[in-house]
Amino acid sequence: MCEDIYSDDHIRQVLGKVKTIAIVGASANQVRPSYFVLKYLLSKGYDVIPVNPGQAGKEICGQMTYASLADIPRPVHMVDIFRASDAVPAVVDEALALDPLPRVIWMQLGIRHDAAAAMAEARGIDVVMDRCPKIEYARLAGEIGWAGVASNVISSKKPKAQAGFQRYGIVPRD
Amino acid sequence: MSNIQPGFSTLAVHAGAQPDPATGARATPIYQTTSFVFEDVDQAAALFGLQAFGNIYTRITNPTTAVLEGRVAALEGGTAALAVASGHAAQLGVFHTLLTPGDEFIASNKLYGGSINQFNHSFKSFGWNVVWADPDDIATFERALSPKTKAIFIESLANPGGVVTDIAAIAAIARKAGIPLIVDNTMATPYLCKPIEHGADIVVHSLTKFMGGHGNSMGGIIVDGGTFDWSKSGRYPMLSEPRPEYQGLTIHETFGNFGFAIACRVLGLRDLGAAISPFNSFLILTGIETLPLRMEKHCANALAVARYLQDHKAVAWVRYAGLEGDACHALQQKYMPKGAGAVFTFGLKGGYEAGVNLVGNVEMLSHVANIGDTRSLIIHPASTTHRQLSDQQKTAAGAGPDVVRLSIGIEDAVDIIADLEQALSRVG
Ligand SMILES: Cc1ncc(COP(=O)(O)O)c(C=O)c1O
Repeated sequence: MCEDIYSDDHIRQVLGKVKTIAIVGASANQVRPSYFVLKYLLSKGYDVIPVNPGQAGKEICGQMTYASLADIPRPVHMVDIFRASDAVPAVVDEALALDPLPRVIWMQLGIRHDAAAAMAEARGIDVVMDRCPKIEYARLAGEIGWAGVASNVISSKKPKAQAGFQRYGIVPRD
Repeated sequence: MSNIQPGFSTLAVHAGAQPDPATGARATPIYQTTSFVFEDVDQAAALFGLQAFGNIYTRITNPTTAVLEGRVAALEGGTAALAVASGHAAQLGVFHTLLTPGDEFIASNKLYGGSINQFNHSFKSFGWNVVWADPDDIATFERALSPKTKAIFIESLANPGGVVTDIAAIAAIARKAGIPLIVDNTMATPYLCKPIEHGADIVVHSLTKFMGGHGNSMGGIIVDGGTFDWSKSGRYPMLSEPRPEYQGLTIHETFGNFGFAIACRVLGLRDLGAAISPFNSFLILTGIETLPLRMEKHCANALAVARYLQDHKAVAWVRYAGLEGDACHALQQKYMPKGAGAVFTFGLKGGYEAGVNLVGNVEMLSHVANIGDTRSLIIHPASTTHRQLSDQQKTAAGAGPDVVRLSIGIEDAVDIIADLEQALSRVG
């Protein structure tokens, strides 16, 4: 079993060290969870790249979609997997074939694959399973409380306001 | 602080709150505003579509109220919460999300009288049909189940009887039936009892009582335990079906283990409208910071007063789960070992007349229809709160003609006892 209890510091550090995020299984349907995550991460200043063979060559939320990770023409720092757990090994294989390697492989809430995670970790990649990066970002930034959701964060520090209205970040950004 | 689960008193002071991002104000500011300026139409669209976090309008969210919600969710061990205008508004919000006309729910017959009224009358007019069961006979809950049953509702510590409910036993019945258990935790507060740990899926409160604790603000809250699978049976369409007003979004799929609280907010509160004032949220939040200290004092004083009454010649009986001989003492030791709360009843040998005289004779205790104040409160339910109920319902709810209810405050116990002493000496 891989470790799947992640400290807040670890998650903050993971989300702080990536800029380019490929979302495998990103939907073009505006009410699907993967679209919500894509749009949110974009609003936080990430360069988000949808990966979905059915949408390849089209834009999702203004971002060009690719059929596979290998087709993405720039280095990918994090691969966020929005696919069922049994589809994970194939995506991880693809990710491990990238050059340069991604720094983070992230599996969405409800998704985990211990063997695939171990393979990625053996290559020095940070793996996060069964979490949503939107929820984690909003929790650590202090935004999730606006929806009445418990953040499980106790802090006497001010939230980090970002440019714009009602926007907090895990790092100050404009 | 990272990943060490903070203690209850720490959460009571800190959970949900951070210094104000604009000014650094350390206490939570009162955001006394109806609305929030949009950055541009795109941000507005993202907020209305539930794609971004942020405030639009205080009927739906407010930053002061959000701190209250985060705090109570943390204290109860839930995933999220929704604060509303009163305890009754919280109950309305929960059932609005769960039920459609023709549905049934099972409720304990030992509940606050106002809840008995709400369920028997207003809810019936919505086509939501209550079926009563008796927590003293757990099998009555099982027998009350039908294919139309969508939920079970109980109080952890029942008002006014001080009856401790066997939460885990009823949770087991709910789980087997594939329906959620809702627990009203008003009288116990999470300091004494955390129903989610015993199998509850949803917790509601009248924050008006011990949580706010100072008798100054109305409020209620719904806490999502994050434990129930709303999609499995297909019987909770508000959560499991696409919502036309949100372009076909499905709440449970999108919001996962805090989906129930979101549904109560963006469907229920949005349309039913019983929003809490940010000022009340602030006062209740301030009250919660001292909840552990107050509850300790409330419970110690209540036990002292119960012991005093037990030996009084005008008193026929005392029902306080904290007393060793009480029928609920074993359940109290299991579910709320730190104390049995501050509300209990006793019977006067002089019956109805004596009850009416006693509430007139007290000088420091206040004759009011409330509980959970810093001040000690007294009422004769048969002539006041439970007046609307039939004699049979009164007795079932623990509010017979001889019954007096106390809500013991945080004054000095000797002074509370002295006032009762002089008042009891003249009840006739
Ligand atoms: C146990 C309990 N639940 C619910 C309520 C209703 O709360 P509110 O008066 O805040 O609507 C009360 C009020 O007395 C209560 O005691």
